Amino acid sequence: MRSDAILNDAARGSSDPRQRRPIPAWVATTALLLPTYGWLTLAVLLPLLTMFVFSFMSATPMGKTPIVFTLKHYRAFIDQPYLINIAWTSLVIGFWTTLLCAVFGFLAAVALARATVGRMRETLLVLLLLPFWTNGLVRVFSWTMVLRENGFLDGVVDMVLPDIGSISFLYTRYAVVLGLVHGYLPYMILTCYIALSTIDDAIIEAAASLGARWWTILLRILLPLAAPGLISGAVLTFVPVIGSFMEPRILGGKVGVTMGTVIEDQFTQAFNWPLGAALSFTLLAVVLAIFATFSGVLRRGTTA
Amino acid sequence: MTNVNVNSVAKTYGTTPVLTDISTDFPEGSFTSLLGPSGSGKTTLLRIIAGFIRPDEGIVSIGGRDVTHVPVWGRNIGMMFQSYALFPHMTIAQNVAFGLGRRGIHGAEARKQVDAALEMVHLPGFADRMPKQLSGGQQQRVALARAMVIKPSVLLLDEPLSALDRRLRQEMQVELLRIQRESGLTTIFVTHDQEEALTLSDKVAILDKGRIVQIGDPETVYEKPLTRFAAEFLGDSNFLKGKVESGAVRLADGTVVHAAGTLPADGAQATLAVRPEKMFVAKDPSPGNRLTARITTVIYAGQALSYILETADGMQVKLFAQNRDGNVLKQGETVVLGWSADHTVAVAD
Ligand SMILES: Nc1ncnc2c1ncn2[C@@H]1O[C@H](COP(=O)(O)OP(=O)(O)O)[C@@H](O)[C@H]1O
Ligand SMILES: [Mg+2]
Repeated sequence: MRSDAILNDAARGSSDPRQRRPIPAWVATTALLLPTYGWLTLAVLLPLLTMFVFSFMSATPMGKTPIVFTLKHYRAFIDQPYLINIAWTSLVIGFWTTLLCAVFGFLAAVALARATVGRMRETLLVLLLLPFWTNGLVRVFSWTMVLRENGFLDGVVDMVLPDIGSISFLYTRYAVVLGLVHGYLPYMILTCYIALSTIDDAIIEAAASLGARWWTILLRILLPLAAPGLISGAVLTFVPVIGSFMEPRILGGKVGVTMGTVIEDQFTQAFNWPLGAALSFTLLAVVLAIFATFSGVLRRGTTA
Repeated sequence: MTNVNVNSVAKTYGTTPVLTDISTDFPEGSFTSLLGPSGSGKTTLLRIIAGFIRPDEGIVSIGGRDVTHVPVWGRNIGMMFQSYALFPHMTIAQNVAFGLGRRGIHGAEARKQVDAALEMVHLPGFADRMPKQLSGGQQQRVALARAMVIKPSVLLLDEPLSALDRRLRQEMQVELLRIQRESGLTTIFVTHDQEEALTLSDKVAILDKGRIVQIGDPETVYEKPLTRFAAEFLGDSNFLKGKVESGAVRLADGTVVHAAGTLPADGAQATLAVRPEKMFVAKDPSPGNRLTARITTVIYAGQALSYILETADGMQVKLFAQNRDGNVLKQGETVVLGWSADHTVAVAD
């Protein structure tokens, strides 16, 4: 019986010309990944590599000055110690922006995931994604309208509490963080929402049936289960915030000097591309070092 | 005293009534099954008792205390879900200890109770595993331990065994019954599996379109169904229609059928229910009801035989028989069916 089947198989294998060997798994994987990786190499890796080479040049390779390879731009933090202060400012702004995004984003995502009445969820989602669809510059400038002295915020405060005077905080770091939180909150909400929407309702109901109130459910069930979303949201926020220059420049004014604005200045004002590139890569190294330090925590969070 | 009482509970979603005027008592220590087709409102009733849904009308009380406006976390209930609903980021011990922690029990005392609960469901030594590392049946046992360890007032189960395969399901039924009997816990069990309902419970409540059409012990509900729906949903049934005449029912073909219990008044229409396994082929004149019919279909299933017969005026009748002597009746044969008046009950349509 069994040997018959084997014989039949062998006979079919040799006589049927349509019978083909299956494609090896690695060929399929390569074929599927090739377009993406090809594009990434072309569009991201090559320019990045060019910048990396630039960062070792003595001058921007577009003028007539002779180019010499040098490491001096990587000594910028030693030669110009005030850069350390600026970098620290950037990290602090990044920290607060990420923290505030995490708190508000997580809570908003919980509200979103729990909204079940009619088309509430869709409506809330659209409202939360609106900042994505507005031009970033418009968004930031509209904050100056709100925050400036005698602006919209002062107007509202004056109506409610007439004696308090101006509480305008435009051109402070608070304004910068506010603008950045506004811009990056949707990323955090979306990553948290995706993590939360995979949680079975029965798990939350089981917790309630065992006597858990809403804060226990929030901290002991939803927060740990949404940790992967929080972590990817934090990475998606922290990295671009460190390098941001639009918000610090417009909302921070004189105090809005960050690594982002310094680097941008090297490219647009000082025309010192090599220094800008070197500062960028230094910043990248710092960010990677921070992630490496916390990678234990991150990994524990994502596998839980 | 931890009985559960539901009084005039009603729930409407939009304009569709899901539950209508439900009033019933689940006595202390009883095991009640809510049985009904999909969409009959079983889950809604259970969730109203649990506190996940607030009824539009009516009162729910647990152990004599009105809990209609008490939130879920304040009701001290044990609950089991079809999807197990273990906390995936906690170990088995942490899962079981969760409810204890909410009651302020921590440390060594909690550990002791967790171990005892895991012992009870035959899973000692699983404390430090994660839920993912357990099979479905084992996860359901953990869910049971987690629900029982808090010493709830009532155990509520919504089709907890339907995700398990047949053998595991029977194993869990035995476990569940043993633990329920040992603890004497008032239990309400939602199922659409009639066999499960009959074997597990002391009381079966049959739901249809948001109403409890009959509630009683399994034997009464099976032997003396009150409505056509109850007779049809629980087991199989023949229905004989006729007109009441001096304490019996005369069918359309003139046959007079006697029934147990009270019948409607003379002259009224009545529907009688007879279980197909209660009928037999009558050989010689014997007391009881009889009906002449021709065999149209023979279903041979080895140990059991089913026949579908038709009377002269076209009424269909089912007959179940044990294959005791190997004599199978032939299609086309005309036979006289006999059955006792005790096994004939009038049902409401
Ligand atoms: N949240 C809800 N909104 C609208 N209709 C619902 C909701 N929950 C249940 N229903 C309806 O109520 C009826 C009973 O549901 P359910 O109690 O789940 O039935 P069962 O558990 O007996 O299958 C169904 O017809 C269902 O469509
Ligand atoms: Mg249901």
